[in-house]
Formats: sequence, structure tokens, C-alpha cells
Amino acid sequence: MTETAKQTRSVVKERELAHPPDKVWRALTEKHLIEDWLMQNDFRPTVGHSFELEAEWGKVTCEVVAVEPHKTLAYTWQAHGLESVVTWTLSKSETGTRLRMEQTGFGKEQEQAYRGATAGWNRFLDRLETVVAELD
Amino acid sequence: MNQQTHDILFRSLSDPTRRAIFERLCSEGEQTVGELTGHAGISQPAVSKHLGILKEAGLVGGRHQGRQTHYSAQRAALAPLIDWTRRMGGFWDKKLDDLENLLGRMDQ
Repeated sequence: MTETAKQTRSVVKERELAHPPDKVWRALTEKHLIEDWLMQNDFRPTVGHSFELEAEWGKVTCEVVAVEPHKTLAYTWQAHGLESVVTWTLSKSETGTRLRMEQTGFGKEQEQAYRGATAGWNRFLDRLETVVAELD
Repeated sequence: MNQQTHDILFRSLSDPTRRAIFERLCSEGEQTVGELTGHAGISQPAVSKHLGILKEAGLVGGRHQGRQTHYSAQRAALAPLIDWTRRMGGFWDKKLDDLENLLGRMDQ
């Protein structure tokens, strides 16, 4: 997979927040707080915990894959048969917290991490690059 | 593109057999049901059913010639997949605004 292709499959957002990391961490990991800014959920900050996010447009199926309090949180994000991984990284800054969100969409790394369920998609999407290159 | 159309596209490609049919049409050009069946390893009615679903998603078009229909890949229908990054980017911008708003309302 080329670097460009990799970039087209991930979304990165960074924000400088005027709040300490432990507070931001709470907003990312406490059920009622997640509900306030993201979606209805049954989240628990435990690796291996499966949960669902419910939006007006449908359900997102997730599984927690990494928890490092006040630093890193990652979960899979599956919707419409496409699996991606959302990773939150918090770092303390002079004014509060630098928050980074990266959503990697159906990249190759998933093939190993999530055992073949998405492998078919990944191969398809790799070939899709060729197809898309032929589009105007 | 609305959510429903988008769901139909993703659902139609969530099946490995349909992805294989679509890929074959992309790589080999126009094919009849008979030609596709020879490679799919499933019955002709099953291939027809998959083609119907791909057509509904706009991924496949059919051209009638005599008694045969020649199917072809409609690559432009893949645009929403290609737009994935842009759409998710917009989604997270909005959610991060909401997160920032919540942090402002939370107690230390």
C-alpha cells in the first residue's frame, strides 16, 4: 500500500484543549459523558469490552483494544461492514491537553490485528486503488 | 449522497462473492451471466441474484444484446468509499466541537 493510499484511509484531528488530561479522559471514558458529546453507548474502559454506539443514522459496533489511563484509548469502529480503529492520544500541554484522534480505516495493520474478518475488504480496497486511478 | 444509498453500496460490497464479481467486471470488462458463473463457483441463479444487488447499488450496469445481457462495472458508484476520509473528517470535527463544549460545562 502506498503512503498516499494509507493517508486516504485515515482521519487525524488534533485539538488543544484548555482542560487537564484527567478531565478529558473522563469525557472520553465515562458512559454518561460520552453520551453527551458522542453517542448513546454502553462503553466500559476495559480491553476486550464490546459496545455499541447508537446514532440517528444507525449503530456502530466497537471493541476496546487499548486503555492507558489519561494517555491512550483505542477501539474498533465498525459500521456498514467496514471496520476501522479510533485511537485517542492525550498529552499534557502548557495550557491543558493536546488531544489527537486518529481513525484508521480498513488499513493493512488490521488484517493481523483483527484476524481476517476484514482481510477480504483490505485486498479489495488495495485493488480498488487501481480501479480508482482509472477514474477521471 | 444520502445515508440510505450509502448503506446499499456498503452492504452490496460486504459480500466476498459480490466483491469478486465486481472485481472481475472491472478487470475483464463486460461479461454475461454465463461467463461470470463459470468463474464464480456458484449457480447461475445465485450469480443473477448477486448481480441484482450490485445493480441496485449502481455498481453494475446491464446492456441488452439479443437474448443476452452484458454486465459491466460502474466504477463511479464507488465514490462514497473514496469519500470515506472526507465524510469521517466532517463527523469528527462536529463531535470534537461537542466534546469541547462538554468540557466547558464539566466540573473539575
